[in-house]
Amino acid sequence: MGWKRKDLLSMQDIEAAEITEVLDTAESMKEIATREIKKVPTLRGKTVVNLFYEASTRTRTSFEIAGKWLSADVINFSASGSSAEKGESLLDTAKNIEAMSPDVVVVRHKASGAPALLARHLRCAVVNAGDGAHEHPTQALLDLLTIREKKGHLEGLNVVIVGDVTHSRVARSNIHGMKTMGITVTVAGPPTLIPPACQELGVKVSHRLEEAIAHADVIMMLRLQHERMAGGFIPSVREYSRVWGLSLDRLQRCRPDVLIMHPGPVNRGVEIAPEVADGRYSVILDQVANGVAVRMAVLYLLTGSKAA
Amino acid sequence: MTYREKAQVLDETTLDRALTRIAHEIVEQAGGVDDIALVGIKTRGETLAERIAQKIMAIEGAKPPVGALDITLYRDDLGLKAEQPQVRSTEIRFPVKGRTVVLVDDVLFTGRTIRAAMDALMDLGRPRIIRLAVLVDRGHRELPIRPDYIGKNLPTSRKEAVAVMLREHDGVDRVVIQEPED
Amino acid sequence: MSMLIVNGRVLDPANGVDGVQDVLVTGGRIAKVGRALKAPAGTETIDASGKVLCPGLIDMHVHLREPGHEYKETVASGTRAAAAGGFTAVCCMANTFPVNDNRAVTDYILARARVEGVVRVYPIGAVTRNLEGAQLAEMAEQAEAGCVAFSDDGNCVMNAGLYRRAMEYALPFGVPIISHAEDCHLAGRGAMNEGIVSTELGLGGQPGAAEEVMVARDIVLAELTGAHLHIAHISTAGAVRMVRAAKARGVRVTTEVTPHHLLLTDEAVKSYDPNTKMSPPLRGKRDVEALIEALADGTIDCVATDHAPHALSDKEDEFAEAANGVVGLETAVPLLLDRLVRPGILDLATLVTRLAVAPARLLHLPGGSLAPGADADITVLDLEQPWTVNPARFRSRSRNTPFAGFSGRGAPWMTIVGGAPVAP
Repeated sequence: MGWKRKDLLSMQDIEAAEITEVLDTAESMKEIATREIKKVPTLRGKTVVNLFYEASTRTRTSFEIAGKWLSADVINFSASGSSAEKGESLLDTAKNIEAMSPDVVVVRHKASGAPALLARHLRCAVVNAGDGAHEHPTQALLDLLTIREKKGHLEGLNVVIVGDVTHSRVARSNIHGMKTMGITVTVAGPPTLIPPACQELGVKVSHRLEEAIAHADVIMMLRLQHERMAGGFIPSVREYSRVWGLSLDRLQRCRPDVLIMHPGPVNRGVEIAPEVADGRYSVILDQVANGVAVRMAVLYLLTGSKAA
Repeated sequence: MTYREKAQVLDETTLDRALTRIAHEIVEQAGGVDDIALVGIKTRGETLAERIAQKIMAIEGAKPPVGALDITLYRDDLGLKAEQPQVRSTEIRFPVKGRTVVLVDDVLFTGRTIRAAMDALMDLGRPRIIRLAVLVDRGHRELPIRPDYIGKNLPTSRKEAVAVMLREHDGVDRVVIQEPED
Repeated sequence: MSMLIVNGRVLDPANGVDGVQDVLVTGGRIAKVGRALKAPAGTETIDASGKVLCPGLIDMHVHLREPGHEYKETVASGTRAAAAGGFTAVCCMANTFPVNDNRAVTDYILARARVEGVVRVYPIGAVTRNLEGAQLAEMAEQAEAGCVAFSDDGNCVMNAGLYRRAMEYALPFGVPIISHAEDCHLAGRGAMNEGIVSTELGLGGQPGAAEEVMVARDIVLAELTGAHLHIAHISTAGAVRMVRAAKARGVRVTTEVTPHHLLLTDEAVKSYDPNTKMSPPLRGKRDVEALIEALADGTIDCVATDHAPHALSDKEDEFAEAANGVVGLETAVPLLLDRLVRPGILDLATLVTRLAVAPARLLHLPGGSLAPGADADITVLDLEQPWTVNPARFRSRSRNTPFAGFSGRGAPWMTIVGGAPVAP
């Protein structure tokens, strides 16, 4: 009952019971979104600072709404136009903010490990909202919530993650979280976009999309970034889309109860056809709704007394 | 802290009679069923609210709507403990505005739970009247809260505990006072 | 297509056959190999007494120059040259114009081959877009279209990070990456092999190290990625040593050698004849010895001509300015029969293995076998046939050979593709 940890940095060391606790709490909190007055006094007087060094509207907004619905005071700090631009180090910025007594710092940074650095030095709770290609724990949690909601359970399901796994923190967090909950995970993509020794994470690896998704309960499409062409990972967006895109054709050969997920933002026509992203197997918008609930749950669970 | 049973204060029969009486009192004061809604405070308050609603159905031939309220998010002692208490969900599927809402709980003690319940209820809408029905009032109020319908008044000392057991949760209907084992 | 070939010596190393047999072909396939075969009435019968029948030879390194440089060669003329040289199949490199780096060009080449090709044509796609070594070519689509391997031949992919990605990306298609191993900085502007001859001639030379540095690198990358690496036109003793060691370690590396690297040294350049200019250049005596030894022991898997047609205008220039490359389809088999088989340096079965069995195996092509059911791609050799190399009579559009005037004995006698004779 309740989380004993100070921070939420990664899914790798989180146990199944903790995950279940978040999911259950989030589920209970979903009802708040349906009220006319979307507010509960739970985090009244707490201060949440969103320290976002990478541009992100959706995740930051999601955390902001989560904090505000819980009556917390939410402050947004974005890297541009800030002391960071004037050369202040990450740690200095954070220590300055800490001097103003926040209860939670939510951080997104392009360097893997940045939140861990902060967590070591800050007294308040630190939440990793995405660090480099390392992890994005709240995304994995909202994905798990969505799957559990639609399928009724998690254990024993077959999930296939398709695309640029090498550069994806969403993939890594999901792989850890899903394995903890007893899900069988397959990653599928061209060999250049699957990280070295990937099997050792406990996943199956496939380089043939049709084969991989034939029996999937859930297909999670990852976003293709156009920079990958320049790095020699793929020849062209066109070929990637033809060989790895989830077209309507390919979808029709999947199980009739398959779920289509995507962490967003969606590149329509690249990794996923528009008809599929908007179609009836897609739960992409449910993911977004669940994101607020999960972040509310995380903020709630992390704000127990630290003095105890 | 472990407790041992000191005395039984309600058994299956007397508990049921108390609920019947409360049902009658609610209907009498409201002059009928029309605007009433029962909102039970989780977990056992919800069960009691459902039973009272059934009894009202038997008396008046119409059943008032029943909802369940989880007050965890409104507690005044959050953040004081190392671990946050478990949140359950609130399920109130009817509009609260303009209604006579009867909050139902099993034990009334300090009154803090009821204060939280009123705040939670107000966030869902503006009831016309809020009333309070409790199975047991054990005294030791810390806030100015008073019940409208009481199953049993039960003077207790602070260090004692009151345990309400209901068939649906515990397999048996009884209420007991417990004292700490030395 | 049906025919009965009688009394020839059937040499089919893949199936352990070496002896006088008859071969019956029906419907374009080998129907039966045996003695005193009977054919349905009206079947054409060919008397191959004194001749050698082997599985159709495959040249896995050919430049057909179409699209873009049709004045040097076309699919039509190049395949005619191949047929005349005893080859039933060729693999054509991607450095056409436009470069074969997307399936539109692959489809075009295959379409020309269907209409005008005389032997089988298997395209090799580019590794990088426009051979620029900066961005991957659309290999997935090209593999789907029919490319049997990928190579930037002509150029070396200098960026190791990109080449590694290329090897990884191509893994699921099960085809080799073929390296033109040449460090462009080490090679510099060297027009021939660096050594005493280049010093005497006052011509800039490129050291064998320019090739070896890249062979080493590519072997390491192949080990890292698990890819099948094929080294094109290997030419130095050092490179051979590295390939031998890598194979012993279990690395998936294969390699080919050209007839001109087996038979000529940089001494041939003394005349400043631009027909002795190619890339990699002719090397020294010790390199040639190492290559022949490696060909015999199987370290070198196959012979491929690197047939590189150029018009007179491209070749007849100051040596340093002349285009690199020589034709080879029509001279390879006669030269190898006379200069390696006849003196006993290489036995015929090994040569056939290096020219037919091995290319088919490492490119996963049908061919290299005369077993019943196989396509009737047959090369018939006359080991006694005398010849003199006369470029004026080449079927190829180009004449750039270093072997003009060479003579010897042993040549292709008939080339059969799908049961139909395509040469003479």
